[in-house]
This record gives sequence, structure tokens and C-alpha cells, in this order.
Amino acid sequence: MSSPASTDTAAVEPGALARFFAGDVWYSFRRSPVAIVSFVLVLLCVIAAVFAPWLAPHDPFDLATLDLSDARLPPSWLAEGNPQYLLGTDDQGRDILSALMYGARISLFVALAAVLLSVVVGVALGLLSGFVGGRIDGFIMRVCDVMLSFPAILVALLIDGAGRAVFPNAHETLAFAVLILAIALTGWVKYARTVRGSTMVERQKEYVQAARVIGVGSGRIMRRHVLPNVLGPVLVLATIDVAQAVIIEATLSFLGVGVPPTSPSLGTLIRIGNDFLFSGEWWITVWPGIMLMVIALSVNLLGDWLRDALNPRLQ
Amino acid sequence: MKPLLEVKKLRVEFPTRHGTLLALDDISFTIAPGEILGVVGESGAGKSLTGAAIIGLLEPPGRIAAGQVLLDGRRIDELDADAMRKIRGKQIGAVFQDPLTSLNPLYTVGRQLVETIQTHLPLNAAQARERAIELLRQTGIPAPEARIDQYPHQFSGGMRQRVVIALALAAEPRLIVADEPTTALDVSIQAQIIALLRHLAREKGAAVMLVTHDMGVIAETCDRVAVMYAGRIAELGPVHEVIHAPAHPYSRGLMGSIPAMDEDRERLLQIDGAMPRLNAIPRGCAFNPRCPQVFERCRVERPELMPAGRTQAACWLHAGAGEVPR
Amino acid sequence: MSTLVEVQDLCKTFDVSAPWLERTLERKPRQFVHAVDGVSFAIARGRTLALVGESGCGKSTVARLLVGLYGPTRGSVRFDGQETGPLLKSAEAPKLRRRMQMIFQDPYASLNPRWRVRDIVAEPLREHGILRDRGALQVRVGELLRQVGLAPADASKFPHQFSGGQRQRISIARALATQPEFLVCDEPTSALDVSVQAQVLNIMKDLQREQGLTYLFISHNLAVVRHVSDDVGVMYLGRLVELAPKKTLFAMPRHPYTRMLLDAIPDIHMTGRARTPVQGEVPNPLNPPSGCAFHPRCPHANARCGAERPQLIPREGVQVACHAVEEGRI
Repeated sequence: MSSPASTDTAAVEPGALARFFAGDVWYSFRRSPVAIVSFVLVLLCVIAAVFAPWLAPHDPFDLATLDLSDARLPPSWLAEGNPQYLLGTDDQGRDILSALMYGARISLFVALAAVLLSVVVGVALGLLSGFVGGRIDGFIMRVCDVMLSFPAILVALLIDGAGRAVFPNAHETLAFAVLILAIALTGWVKYARTVRGSTMVERQKEYVQAARVIGVGSGRIMRRHVLPNVLGPVLVLATIDVAQAVIIEATLSFLGVGVPPTSPSLGTLIRIGNDFLFSGEWWITVWPGIMLMVIALSVNLLGDWLRDALNPRLQ
Repeated sequence: MKPLLEVKKLRVEFPTRHGTLLALDDISFTIAPGEILGVVGESGAGKSLTGAAIIGLLEPPGRIAAGQVLLDGRRIDELDADAMRKIRGKQIGAVFQDPLTSLNPLYTVGRQLVETIQTHLPLNAAQARERAIELLRQTGIPAPEARIDQYPHQFSGGMRQRVVIALALAAEPRLIVADEPTTALDVSIQAQIIALLRHLAREKGAAVMLVTHDMGVIAETCDRVAVMYAGRIAELGPVHEVIHAPAHPYSRGLMGSIPAMDEDRERLLQIDGAMPRLNAIPRGCAFNPRCPQVFERCRVERPELMPAGRTQAACWLHAGAGEVPR
Repeated sequence: MSTLVEVQDLCKTFDVSAPWLERTLERKPRQFVHAVDGVSFAIARGRTLALVGESGCGKSTVARLLVGLYGPTRGSVRFDGQETGPLLKSAEAPKLRRRMQMIFQDPYASLNPRWRVRDIVAEPLREHGILRDRGALQVRVGELLRQVGLAPADASKFPHQFSGGQRQRISIARALATQPEFLVCDEPTSALDVSVQAQVLNIMKDLQREQGLTYLFISHNLAVVRHVSDDVGVMYLGRLVELAPKKTLFAMPRHPYTRMLLDAIPDIHMTGRARTPVQGEVPNPLNPPSGCAFHPRCPHANARCGAERPQLIPREGVQVACHAVEEGRI
């Protein structure tokens, strides 16, 4: 970025990536087996989910490839298992392993989109609240308080129910949108509160006052000065939030009010398999359950480690 | 007079992921009973660490790597946490910078005083309370019988610091370690607290180690002063000598950079550069890159404290043990 | 010498009342702090006025009033003949802001830790559209850094890579970017070590000489003030009690508070001098004493001092707000 005509060239200034690998966070990561394992697990799940169409051995949603004679097969290592269907099949002959991968894909997509929306809304409102203060702050905080008094599932159910009432024959995209909105609305409050607190601290600092004296407007100060300094805790919260979003989505889908039935997520799979639990075909529900648990657990552990790694006091 | 506190070649280290940092490097000094020793230095020189190491309050991973701390002839640097706790309060009293955090806001001042007194002296509650009131009176708090039952937030900053001093004196310690006791206070209050410390030390015969960055406070309060630089003692001697006839070039630079109240100068004496970071201490004398009188030996060999006129200085200029060349 | 900055009867009152609900339920009255209570002074071009006082005296508030961080409750601030209040709200505000800048006390909080030094120093230039071209900005930033004794190569670093003194110099470089005429310095060296302070003070004096800057220098350290200022104003509980040229103030302080301050300061060169013992502490600003704010601590107070507030009265080239001085008692 330095102009070639400059005679005072500094030593090559390290870019962001170089700084990251020299920093304390990477060091802490290398030394933490929990962090490494959970990161690898998450990575595997994400890869399996993203590349499901190419990695999955079968396409569980292509009706033409389903063979009813292959229905209800147990996992391949048990008697009667078929090595073609590693984890068994469900009542319609769908390969559980492939269904897991596609299901994880849906689950992660919904969770990530919901968290992203949550973060954007929460951070924006928190910044505004903390920086401007006064009545706007009071109003936003009261809204937060009201939202916090509802359990997350209830909020999601309400929004979802309202969505269905308004759009009774919604096609898939709209249904997804409503679901993502519902989950996002359960989670934005914590970002707003955290960011508001940090903003109020940063607002008093002298670099903000210096910017005012220069004449920079409030909007620019919020965006360019305060925002980079308050995002730290947001990352940790968002990571743990992904796990929670996955579980909320699974719960909603389990209850039948989540993703549309044509795109089953892990929750849907668990629900479907639930009916067969008592007839002894445990694999139809247990595998999606384990997958869900692995995703939630590893993301949570990763978030925990991240929080400790980013906490300067613990170093 | 036999010294009350003896610090011999104290070395404090901080193991970090980048290697071990040497924060205090062979610090040695003594304090006699009734004497006030000032420890002065700029940020990063290690003066607060010295106080912390003596009291046994070094924050881990910092640790005493070598050397001895002797209180009344007995070693205290190797004691375990329990034994150290008994010594703190009874033998050593501590006064820290921020009176707000030194006092527990949830308990009355009286309760904190009585608790400390009863921990270290065999007095019953009534006697302890009497003693507490007397202590408050001695530290200059008006109407102590009424104020003893108030909470810390009901006192002003200066009053709070007096309460902290009363707390430090509660068990009649022989040694008081005060770390920047007046920095957070207004100038007019500073003067009162300094006078109080000096008066109490003389009267009770306690030894005082006063750690501060403010040379003015040192000048008004202390008998002797140790000037610290980069974890070492650069100069040690009577206050008047060190201030008016400093032997070490760093002390000279320091005294010269302080704006004077009695003369006008166009420019202040300036020491170029900055104190080296702990991981980049130069070979030989730590001050050599910035020293206006540096020569070859300074860059190679580290000087120990040696006699230099009427003080002691860690400087090769005085290797011949004589008067300071001006 | 022309007057650059003129302040008339400046007042700033803060409402520190408890929230409405609490007040109504507990029947508490509204509470106000008169942080600045009728301050007037003038600064001539190229000179340095220092404001000294202990905590709560209002000197930092005056600094912020002058640069427009606060709006005055009453009174006026005039810069080069124009009132700053209405000007700062108008479209002409950037022009005014370019001419005056501020340096803050805390070197660790006055620079955005996430920005590189070159962005920090270039911000005023970008904000006012003085330079837009990246190359030109880089050159100018390099110049500014050199002016304060840093290297142009330092522009690509982050604040945490610098010491306190160096950060303060970066602040100065930022303040000088728009070539202002007036700098308000709020305790710029109070958080620095003595030797570092010397470096920064020397730089500030050099810059003033080279660029003809005018300074308002806020400090609680009288020795530093003595070194940098031409005129000194002593503040107590929001009011100006003495205003005099530096030599006069230090040689012959007139107001009892000034005398007390000068006496109380531990000084390395003047130890062992006789002193009048210091009385009491600064009163609670929520409940200031009636009449003269200093009267409860003043050895020369009489009945009038407790009832009538003294005005700043010029006398032998000095302005003092004290009845005892006015009446010739001291």
C-alpha cells in the first residue's frame, strides 16, 4: 500500500493473516486439545453439509432411486445390514447417512442465516442504543426486556404461527424466511445488550471525543470508531448462538412447525424416526440425534474456548 | 543500627510464552527502623514489583527466582502463603494507591479496623474498638467516635487514604510498604498524607518503604532514596545528595527533566529514547544506549552499585571510587 | 497583540438529579453541579494560558466548552471575534473546527486501538477534505510524524506498539494535521513519566514557536504550568480565583487558595521551607459553600466572605477574586 516513490519504506507491514498466526489466539488454539478436536468436528460437519450433493452416497430425495425393498434396514455392521447403506435406511428406503448429510445442510443453513440476521439487528440496535442514549435507548431496552420474558421456543412458535396464518400456502422460500426470522428474533437481544454496554464504555473514551472535536458526525463515529471495538464479545456469543439456533430449529421441526416437509432437517428426521423407536428400528432416530448433538456440542466447546482465548484477563 | 528489612540480590522473573522475562535483577538495599526509604522510578522500572515481592503479593506467574528478603534477620521470601499472611498485617503493613479499592465497600470502617486488630492482637471487641478509634484519631480523622461506624463511600478521597493508613498501622507493624499512596489524591491532600506518614514513622519507629514516581514527594518525605531503572537500582543514597548531586547519568537526567518551581528554563533536560522493555534489556549497563557519557565498558560489563561521592551508583564512571566529575 | 480566544461569563451546569421515578417516590430535589460558574478570560495570539486547580475545579469542563464538546449553559466563547456557539451548529462549523483542536490526557484512550497510526493522523485531513489522494496523505502524515519526533515509518503501526509518550506525540500530530491556530491541551503530560513529559513539553514549546500556536493548557501540576505558560488562571470549584502573568503569580500569589496550592506542592528544589498548614478538603460540588467558595478553608475569611461572592477585580496587573485582597487585609 506504500507508494513506490516513498523513500521511507517501512519493513513489510504484516497483513492481517500474518498477525493472526503470530498472535495469542492461535497460540492458545494450538495448545488446547478441546479446541482442536471440536474445530475438526465442526469442520467435518460443515464439509459434509455443504458438499452433501457430491459426497452423499445416495440422494435420499430422488424418489426414482428409492427402493421400498430396502426399507428399514439396520446399520451395515449388524445382521441384515447392507453395506450399501452404512447407517441403515428408514421406512421409505432412504439412506440414513445421506439423509443426515442433507439434513445437516438444512439445519446449518437455517441456523447460520438466523444467527447472521440476529447479529446484524442486535448489533445495530445495541450501537444505536448505547451511543445515542436517552429515550431511544430506553425504548430499545424495554423492547429487549419484553422479548427476554418470553421463552425462545415460544417466540419462535408465535412468529412461525403468525407467518403460516398470513401465508397459508407459502412456498418453500417463504417458509424458510419465516423460520429464519423466527429464530433470529429469539436471539438478537443478547447482542443488543452486550454491544450497548461496550458502546457506552467506548463512547466516553477520548478517541471518540477527539473524533468529535475534528468534526466527524455521529453516524461515522459509530460505524468507524466504535463498532470495531465492540465486536469482540459478539463473535463468542454468535458461536454459541449457532448451537442454540440449531437446537431451536430442530425442536421446531420436531414439533412439525419448522422446515417444510420437503426439505427435512435433522429435527424432521428425528421426528420421523421417533415413530419407529418402539418397533426396534432405533437407527432412524438415533443417528440424526447424535449428529445434532455432535454439532451443538462441538460448536459450544469452540465458543467456550474462544471466549477464554479472547479474554485478556486470563492470560 | 541493625536494619529491619534487608533485601539481598532479589531477582523476580516472569515466565511467558516468549521466554522468561527478568523483571527485577539483583536488587539489594536495607531499611533501618524509623527510616523512610523512597523507591523511585518511571513506569516499567520495577518499583511496584519490588514492593509486591517483599510483601509476598507477586501476581503469578511472577515469582522470586533468586535472592533473599530478610525481616529482622529472618527470611520471609520462602514462607508459604499462610505464614506470609500472618506476617502481613502484623509485621508488615501495606498502603496501596487507590483507597477506593483498598477498602471493602460493604463493611463499615470500624468493622474492618476491628477485624484487622483482632486478627493480630490479643484484644477483645471493646478494646479493639477503642484502639480503632485511637488510630483514626492519630491519622487525623475528625470526630472518630462518630465516623468509625460509617462506610467507605461516606469518606472523601483523602479521608479514605487516612483510613487505609490506619488499617495498615492497626497491628503496629515494624515495616510499612506504601505504593503510590498519594498519587490519586489532590495536591493539598498529598501534603497532609505525606506529613502524616512521616510523623507516624518517626513516632512509632516503623521503617517505611515509599514507592512512587513523584520525586517531589520523595524529596519531602524520605531519608534515603533508591532510583530504579529497568529492574535494577541505578543509584542509592541520602535524598538530598541524590537530588542535588546525582552521580548516575540517569538520575541526573531525571532530576534535570523535572520542571523547577524556582527557576525558568527554556527547555527541560531531555533523555532521548525510552526505558527498554523487559525483553530487550541491553547488554552491560541497561542505560547505555541513552547515556550521554557512555563508553566502551558500559556496553559490555554490567556495573554493580559502587561508592560515588556521597551516594552509591551503578555506573562505571565511578569505578575509581572518588568524587563525581562535573 | 490581538486576542484570539475570549471567554465571557462562561457557565456550565450539569443535571445530576436522580431519575424521575426515584425523585418522585423519595421526594428528592433536583441536583445540579455548577461545573463552571462564571468564568471570563482572554488569550492573545501566540501565547499560552494555563488553567490550574485541583479535582472538581472545572478546568477540564472549560477545555471542553472551548472546543465545542459541550454547549455552555450561559455565557459566550469567542474565537477570532466570532461566537463559537452558533457557528458550530451552522454549516460553517468545519471551518472553525479546523482552526482549533484538542489534545487529551490519557494516551491510551485517545487513539483508536483498531486503527493504524496513519489513519488516525489522516482522519482530520480526510474529514475536512483537505487531501484525498492516498499518496499525498501519506506524505503529509509522514511530515506530521516527523514534526513530533517520530518516524514516517511509524505510520503503519498500531497504537499498542507505542509507549505512552509516543502515543501522546501521535495525538499532537493528529491535532496539528489541519494546521490549527489554537490548541486546547487537557493535562497532556499528567499520565506520562517525568522524562517523557520533558520530551513532550519540549516538543510543544518548539511547535508553538515555529507555528505561532496559541495554547490553553490545563494541568494540576504547578511546576509544569510554570514551565509552559505565559499567563496562569487558578480555578476553584468552577470559578476563577486568580488570573495573572506567570512570573507574577509565582512570585507573589495573592489569593489565599493560590498561596495554599503553592505551599502544598512537594518540590524537589524547595524542601524544608516553612509552610502554612493546609486546612480541609475541596467541598462537595453538589453543595458548594455560600459566598466565596473557599471561605471554609481560608485563614482570612470574615463575615462578608461567607455571604457575598467575590468578583474578579483587576489590581496591579493581576485579577483576583477575594474580599480580603480587595479590602487590603492581605
